[in-house]
Amino acid sequence: MKILVSLKRTADPDNANKVKVAPGGAKVVTDGLEPKVNPFDEYAVETALRLVENGKTRIAGDSVVVASFGPKEAATNIRQALAMGADSGLLYTTDDDSLDGDLVARALAKVVEAQKPDLVILGKQAVDGDSNQVAQELAELLGWPSATFAMSVDLAADKKTVTVGREVDGGVIKLKLTLPAVISVDLRIVGGKAVTNNVTPATHNYNDGPRFAPLPMIIKAKTKPIAEAPIASLGVETALKVKYTGFELPPARKAGIKVKDVGELVDRLRNEAKAL
Amino acid sequence: MSKTLVIAEISGGRLKKTTHSAITFAREAGFPFDILALGKGVGAAAEELRGFGAGAVLVADDALFANFVAEAFAPTVADVAKAGGYTVVAVTASSFGKDLSPRVAVRLGAGLAPDVSRVANQGGTLVYKRPIYAGNAIATMQVSTPVQVVSVRQSEFAAAAPSGGASAVSAVAASAAPNAARVQFVSFEEVKSERPELTEARVVVAGGRSLKSAENFKTVLEPLVDAFGAALGASRAAVDAGYVPNDLQVGQTGKVVAPGLYVAVGISGAIQHLAGMKNSKVIVAVNKDAEAPIFQVADYGLVADLFKAVPELTDAVKRARADR
Repeated sequence: MKILVSLKRTADPDNANKVKVAPGGAKVVTDGLEPKVNPFDEYAVETALRLVENGKTRIAGDSVVVASFGPKEAATNIRQALAMGADSGLLYTTDDDSLDGDLVARALAKVVEAQKPDLVILGKQAVDGDSNQVAQELAELLGWPSATFAMSVDLAADKKTVTVGREVDGGVIKLKLTLPAVISVDLRIVGGKAVTNNVTPATHNYNDGPRFAPLPMIIKAKTKPIAEAPIASLGVETALKVKYTGFELPPARKAGIKVKDVGELVDRLRNEAKAL
Repeated sequence: MSKTLVIAEISGGRLKKTTHSAITFAREAGFPFDILALGKGVGAAAEELRGFGAGAVLVADDALFANFVAEAFAPTVADVAKAGGYTVVAVTASSFGKDLSPRVAVRLGAGLAPDVSRVANQGGTLVYKRPIYAGNAIATMQVSTPVQVVSVRQSEFAAAAPSGGASAVSAVAASAAPNAARVQFVSFEEVKSERPELTEARVVVAGGRSLKSAENFKTVLEPLVDAFGAALGASRAAVDAGYVPNDLQVGQTGKVVAPGLYVAVGISGAIQHLAGMKNSKVIVAVNKDAEAPIFQVADYGLVADLFKAVPELTDAVKRARADR
């Protein structure tokens, strides 16, 4: 089993309220915010690793390849995935501003043709652009079956099918996909029991959340290969289908007040806000 | 000539309210529009759709659409859009629309404007606003391709009211869906609730980790929810702790809501949560930590122990509503 995971670096999402807009609204400025692995992509790496493991050991012959598109510095973030346990990285260099979801999907389709994975796993959205489109577009480009917003993944023992629980409005849809396939993962996929592969014993406990890389793995990751090439080497049309023309900060909410007790709250809700 | 195709969302034969936001979008975009209803046994939903001022209601009634599988739906949507010469394909950015719209865009070679919060028609060009960085910045964008696909944020486009009239109904054929052959629909485990839907409620009462247990959600928070006649929501922390089901999560990656009144109880106000509720008209926060970030967006903040304040508030709301 070979799994391809795509990974984007994003400005520290826990400080997203500190983003600024350049004068004239030309661009979003994220100076001072640490570039981190998009959280959903980190979950995708964790999902992939759980699928190629028998508990704590790697299933012989299985592999996880991480692909990223962006500046050379994104190698640092690929390295983080390698420290978690992924085997190798692919970095297709370009400016962040020259990318959008559509281009990433078309470029990934080329990577898939070359790498021939059995599964492609992606985060459901990058927390900067919040577009939520790459997995769907990739599946359509490849003509592969897909399941988006996965909260559970169960790989059959014969590794020919995967049953995915999709977190949707009002409940959970379960789909059974015949591999090769594309999966996009949601938050709950990193629950301790969310990913099963019929190899790891049911008694094995994964911690909730993506794994931390221990020091020996961080050192080992430095020797793992990251192949770097310009995005143009994939032979994709790099013109974008959408045009971003400006950015602004959202209007600030006017400062509210603290009420002294429940009585004042109800009084203000009724008479001032007319919300009761 | 520009015209819009609105994709209706139908579940179990029932027209979902999400559809009404996409219709509002089509009206605001200003081009003539038609509505496409896909499903199995969608006669009643199609009938309901006739009253919204669409030129036509196109109905693809086929066993292929009995359950939602994006691979099954995308070819028909794209083929109908192509055959009818539509320049804009619009759907609400529910989990249905988010799953479907990018695939339709690929099939049409179209650019996608995802999860837009505003549209302006500037001399025939649609200019969109969309929140990025968890709503901490707003981008202005447009699509350069001749055909464009748009998903619209439900909380930012008010549900359309019927405008009268009766659009013509015509049947359209389902297209072959070869990509669906390797997808088997197994089940839809629906979370049923007697309360209003989170994305449609006028009042939302949401709880956080400070409620400390599923039991406390039931016995402490839910009486307040029902006193308001509200929908119940939750922070990610409360969902992760297993206090309430996933689909109640409000936030950047959960539901985005903008009710008339949002009451946040025991929610600290992480950036990701604020992204899902800060456009609510009136925000109330109850939290014992006076420094909690939720107070920065709250119109009315009450620094108090929720286990004492919430029962008091429940009684007061019941009395206030009984007086009306």
